[in-house]
Amino acid sequence: MGNEALSAEVDLSHVDYPAVQQSPEFQELRKTHRSFVFPVLAACLVWYFAYVLLAVYAVDFMSTRVFGSVNVAMVLGLAQVVTTFAVTMWYVHYANKRLDPQSEKIRTEIESGDFETEKAVR
Amino acid sequence: MFAFEAATSSPGNPWLNIGIFGAFVAVTMVIVFRASRNNKTAADYYAAGRSFTGGQNGSAIAGDYLSAASFLGIVGAIALNGYDGFLYSIGFLVAWLVALLLVAELLRNTGKFTMADVLSFRLKQRPVRIAAATTTLVVCFFYLLAQMAGAGGLVSLLLGVGDQVGQAVVITVVGALMILYVLVGGMKGTTWVQIIKAVLLIAGAGVMTVWVLALNGFDFSALLDKAVAVAENPAILDPGLKYGVSEVSKIDFMSLGLALVLGTAALPHVLMRFYTVPTAKEARKSVVWAIWLIGIFYVFTLVLGYGAAALVGPAVIAGAPGGPNSAAPLLAFALGGPLLLGLISAIAFATILAVVAGLTITAAASFAHDIYASVVKKGKPEPGAEVKVARRTVVIIGVVAIIGGIGANGQNVAFLVALAFAVAASANLPTIVYSLFWKGFTTKGALWSMYGGLISAIVLIIFSPVVSGSETSMLKTEAIDFAIFPLSNPGIVSIPLAFLLGWIVSVMDKTVESPEKQAEMEVRSLTGLGAEKAVSH
Repeated sequence: MGNEALSAEVDLSHVDYPAVQQSPEFQELRKTHRSFVFPVLAACLVWYFAYVLLAVYAVDFMSTRVFGSVNVAMVLGLAQVVTTFAVTMWYVHYANKRLDPQSEKIRTEIESGDFETEKAVR
Repeated sequence: MFAFEAATSSPGNPWLNIGIFGAFVAVTMVIVFRASRNNKTAADYYAAGRSFTGGQNGSAIAGDYLSAASFLGIVGAIALNGYDGFLYSIGFLVAWLVALLLVAELLRNTGKFTMADVLSFRLKQRPVRIAAATTTLVVCFFYLLAQMAGAGGLVSLLLGVGDQVGQAVVITVVGALMILYVLVGGMKGTTWVQIIKAVLLIAGAGVMTVWVLALNGFDFSALLDKAVAVAENPAILDPGLKYGVSEVSKIDFMSLGLALVLGTAALPHVLMRFYTVPTAKEARKSVVWAIWLIGIFYVFTLVLGYGAAALVGPAVIAGAPGGPNSAAPLLAFALGGPLLLGLISAIAFATILAVVAGLTITAAASFAHDIYASVVKKGKPEPGAEVKVARRTVVIIGVVAIIGGIGANGQNVAFLVALAFAVAASANLPTIVYSLFWKGFTTKGALWSMYGGLISAIVLIIFSPVVSGSETSMLKTEAIDFAIFPLSNPGIVSIPLAFLLGWIVSVMDKTVESPEKQAEMEVRSLTGLGAEKAVSH
């Protein structure tokens, strides 16, 4: 669970942030975060704009009936909802498994003064 | 089929509507009073002591986000314009992925009360704070106007108050109630109002959805056939009825789509909600809850929109007082008579009330925290002074909203909301993204991006067909025409422009922003180190 367990205010004035930023642990966390959110968000936006472009410029295709009176446009619209839900759950899973342990480790180590970089804590 | 009598009178029973709404106000008032006993510090007043859970905050976000424009506007748009109305729903929902993946947790970790806290974290405090507070106030103002204008239109239908003076009185009552909620309850009270409203709205829409489907033997295709038969137009099932008419309208739609999908993660009143939870992890949970609730609700709008077309009929809706906004209430009447109409009307009012309250507290917090405490008092206000200023600002904003709402009564609500989204996406989003993810971003770049985005969006709106040039424009006449910009939404121009300005100016800027501050911001944003804690009482 996040950082609510920490009760007492920790003095952070001694933390050398540039050194923490340069540390391999933090660089790894940064990479873990960015390598997920950037490509996934880019893919979602491309998929969304593909849908918008189809709705505007491929009306005949979107009007094709799939079953009964339900057409491609409605199926794709609901598919947008489904992918939004799916990406949400995927990110939560990824964050719980990959991001939280890394960030929690760095945070607790700095707060307890054990963070090991050359001079992260002076 | 239901035949409605004279279009000027309410189809339901106005006193029943008022009674149900009164009951909602009474119940929420009691809850607000009980919840607000601990409002002492600024963290209590602006951020509810950061004590809400992810689930509670997620419901409140849904309550904040599903405004009257979403409920009344989208259902009406689908009933009249068919599939094109549903495109709004999709844009409003997909937009949440930007908030979830890029903004929510990092913002919770680095800020305190307002959006400006984050934007000015590693840049020069004063100018960036003033710019961020300005864009916050402008976005909140447009959003407020839209909600208050919507209140006027709704009233004419629900309470049978047709004349301008009567509607002005109702707008004043809604505004006064909102001031009371926010003054007494602060963020905690506002949050509870939003939670209650979200539950009622989603439950109400859910019941109506199941009801509509049940009437058609749970066969969605049969419902569509019926809608086509009543509308006498098979094109309502296909995209393009509204936005496919010309090349300009097609580009206009893409502009709207861009503003919708990028605006959400830059709306100040949505961002501020992330500070009401104790940790970044709870902020993440709030967004997940919000996405589920909002997504399910928008699926309902598809059924409700075609349901209104099938059971009420586009012609009746277009002719009713309140126009397209009356589709959802009229559908409620067709389904469950005066009682369901009364319930749905009360929910619609509650919707306006809750959203307006959320906007007001955001604007007040931004003024008191960013302008008064940080700029005027240079970060050292006397104890208690900041909250006092915030409370006074609430009253002023409330009065301005009432006057603006009376003035904007009858204006196109969807236009004002889309404008708020476009302004937010242009003025705020580039700076939020750059300051969180790009080391080379500078103060000058932030100022150019924010003011450039804000001014270009507003100037393009002024010279757009929405303001002048036609009977349906704000000026309501063809005689005055200075609509030299063809699109009604500026997003496709102003959003890329703001991103470009922020990038070019930062690259050309020779000043170097503090690398220590940048390091601190990045470390804190990803690890939650030193993040503001929950207040314990």
